[in-house]
Amino acid sequence: MHRISRRRFLKIAGFGAGAAALAGGAASGLQAMARRAPGGETRVVPTSCDICFWKCNALAHVRDGRLWKITGNPGDPLSRGRLCPRGTGGIGAHFDPERLRAPLLRHKQRGEEAWVEVTWDEALGYVADRMQRIKAEHGPEAMALFSHGIGGNFLKHTLKAYGSPNIAAPSFAQCRGPRDVGFELTFGEGIGSPERTDIANARCLVLIGSHLGENMHNTQVQEFATAVAAGASIIVADPRFSIAASKARHYLPVKPGTDLALLLAWMNVLVVEGLYDKPYVEQFGFGFEHFQAEIATRTPEWAYPETGIPPEVIRETAREMARHRPATLVHPGRHATWYGNDAQRSRAIALLNALLGSWGRKGGFYFPNSMDVPGYPYPEYPKSGRGKVDNPGHKYPFASETITTGIRDATLTGQPYPIKGWLVYATNLLQALPSQDETIRAIQNLDLMAVVDVVPSEIAGWADVVLPEATYLERYDDLNVEFFREPFVALRQPAVPPPHDQKPNWWMARELALKLGLGAYYPWTDIEEYLDHRLKAAGYSLAELKQKGLVKGPKPPLFFDDGIVPEFATPSGKIEFYSTQLQAAGFDPVPRHERPAEGPPGSFRLLYGRAPVHTFSRTQTNPILRDAMEENEVWLNGSVGARMELQSGDYVRLRNQDGVLSNRVKVRVTEAIRPDCVYMVHGFGHTARGLRSAYGRGASDAELITRYATDPLMGGTGTNINFVTVEAEA
Amino acid sequence: MARLGMVIDTRQCVGCMDCVVACKTENGVPDGHCRDWITQRLEGTMPHLSLTITSERCNHCDNPPCVTCCPTGASHVHDYGKVVLVEHEKCIGCKACLASCPYGARFIHPEGYADKCTFCIHRVEKGELPACVAVCPTHAMHFGDLDDPQSGVSRLIATRRHFVLKPDAGTKPRIYYLE
Repeated sequence: MHRISRRRFLKIAGFGAGAAALAGGAASGLQAMARRAPGGETRVVPTSCDICFWKCNALAHVRDGRLWKITGNPGDPLSRGRLCPRGTGGIGAHFDPERLRAPLLRHKQRGEEAWVEVTWDEALGYVADRMQRIKAEHGPEAMALFSHGIGGNFLKHTLKAYGSPNIAAPSFAQCRGPRDVGFELTFGEGIGSPERTDIANARCLVLIGSHLGENMHNTQVQEFATAVAAGASIIVADPRFSIAASKARHYLPVKPGTDLALLLAWMNVLVVEGLYDKPYVEQFGFGFEHFQAEIATRTPEWAYPETGIPPEVIRETAREMARHRPATLVHPGRHATWYGNDAQRSRAIALLNALLGSWGRKGGFYFPNSMDVPGYPYPEYPKSGRGKVDNPGHKYPFASETITTGIRDATLTGQPYPIKGWLVYATNLLQALPSQDETIRAIQNLDLMAVVDVVPSEIAGWADVVLPEATYLERYDDLNVEFFREPFVALRQPAVPPPHDQKPNWWMARELALKLGLGAYYPWTDIEEYLDHRLKAAGYSLAELKQKGLVKGPKPPLFFDDGIVPEFATPSGKIEFYSTQLQAAGFDPVPRHERPAEGPPGSFRLLYGRAPVHTFSRTQTNPILRDAMEENEVWLNGSVGARMELQSGDYVRLRNQDGVLSNRVKVRVTEAIRPDCVYMVHGFGHTARGLRSAYGRGASDAELITRYATDPLMGGTGTNINFVTVEAEA
Repeated sequence: MARLGMVIDTRQCVGCMDCVVACKTENGVPDGHCRDWITQRLEGTMPHLSLTITSERCNHCDNPPCVTCCPTGASHVHDYGKVVLVEHEKCIGCKACLASCPYGARFIHPEGYADKCTFCIHRVEKGELPACVAVCPTHAMHFGDLDDPQSGVSRLIATRRHFVLKPDAGTKPRIYYLE
């Protein structure tokens, strides 16, 4: 053991004290002090989390007037009393020294991030004035709203009252859209959020690229752990050895872009070997004979050269799924916009579940329910003569929500009609939409670009007006009437006041409406009045919700065996193994695999995903979460790393097929990824100057995603079609 | 007299760092420091890989070198649960304990004293679980009295294959990892 002399010991002690004094004077030290709990009277405020869009119910602990910590509400069916790491670290959003403090008005070119601070009256007056001009010159439909999360409800209301139907979130065309469309085409219903998956009771769980455990949607991860503990057989197909893969009995390192071939081959085995749920398929299925004929050719031997997965492994895993059916859940995933054939891949996932009889069965998919909480009785919205702008001529016939990139296209081209104003709420479009170039060019065509955000994000950097929002810990939002296995209605309420001149979105939306002369749409003056009105109409009260945080409804039946009547809102009224809708629209009625295009020689396919401690690009300056992960890494296969003489921790840059060079990023040389692709966590490599602590840390996948493949069924943007080379940093 | 310890199920743990974050808020751990952390160890070659994830912290050793080497008696074994603690007022920040700990569990707090995991004794004394255990979304973490053969932790150790970190250091650590 290392021994220390008395003399040296004193020297070290002296240094220690000096270092402490220095650290105490540094900005980070002050932040820490601000967060340190002094010990005293603690107040617990029930509220709901907004660090991601799962909306777990939580308890904010406020000690001596200061936010101390936030924990899961034990009565909450989503968190079951345990928040995820992002939720637990959510209080950092309140303390974040880089957050927006006051309304800003641009005084130089768009994108130069040069503003002057103005009053709320000036900022909202500017927005209202431009909106009135846009309405007069181009009609109200020329104004679009991009909004993500429940916080946007009041802005949506204001925009509808103003007369625009053009409201979209990246959660459809950049995320779960293809999945929901694939399931709608098959079962007549989508998956929704929270996913209607009974993971906890699955005896066999199949994950295709879903990285639960890194993707921290709370209830799903908790249920995943329950399934692991119960000894469920887990099958993971992923080009990367994910955390979930490390828990799996079968790990299949599928070649990127060939998941559909694997799915078809699995179905081939189930059908050819007669392992599928025959009574279920006979009772509920439509067009099985057509399907059977088509799937007959999709043998494991056919799939092998596509996927790289040996035929015996495909057979073994298919039999494993059959062994546990109907409690075999082939997870539908969430972020599903990968290759542009994503609705068909999702449909194949739906069909595989149908063969296993898991839809409507325990350990498969349940039927969610919600409580009856009437909306506020507003006047009717004005009717739009022109309809939505995003999908002219129903070019994407199965799009079931508004397509963000369709609004962007209209902004760029002026077709089918021009879009002249963007209002952006809580979504960093430059990191969320593919092709930053198109987004920036679209913004150049606008007469108004207004952004509501908590931090000075990249998209805020392009705004004419930046409206600083109070964090979820400092504001009320609309009620969360959750559609879930245990229905509930939940409240988000302020635990502490906003530290500067930030405002809640409901206040902004209402003030803006008043300035637009739309006061009739806001018969209430304060949100408490609104919330109490809605809750009383449902038989509850705001006072009750303020105290409890949430009220649960009766537990509904979840499965066919509990009394759910099997009904399918498809044209045939059955589970569509063969889709006449798709056939009529000129698409494959049974999904077909097409080999994905390869990249240039020597390049790697760029894949991206999530880390458990961050949400998208919005949490990197949260001091607590930044401490947990301050930059991302690019994963590179060990053999490639050796060839390039790279070691973990070395910095590299990535250059994509269009010459875009990334910021410097650390490399992780690892066996845990195939040699034909690289992987990084999304949300890093910030370029907004106001995000001081995150600026230039790590690389942004979004800036390398210059190309995308649009899903012809529903307009989703497949983004895993970009390729990069790796350049060592000197 | 209880002898408190922890059992962590590596099969359940997804390495999400919720334990790390919960500790930071519960205990006001300063930015740039942490009292617990996650280690991942990957073995094998694609596709035959295995990953071991461990949530690590002070092991509250039965034979704690940090206590033996402390020149002021600040590092001590607390009466309650034999938890290893640092008395801030007595600590002179000499870092002898930092050097002696085979787990790297300690750091110097910006206020000048050696800091580390306390097993959240302020919570445990009130009958609550340590913050990391209470928050764990995968229920991978268990806490209790290792001397009570009927406790949950004792039963887990008795029935499941397990390991401790750096057994050769001779510190007799009290955090057990289930395989």
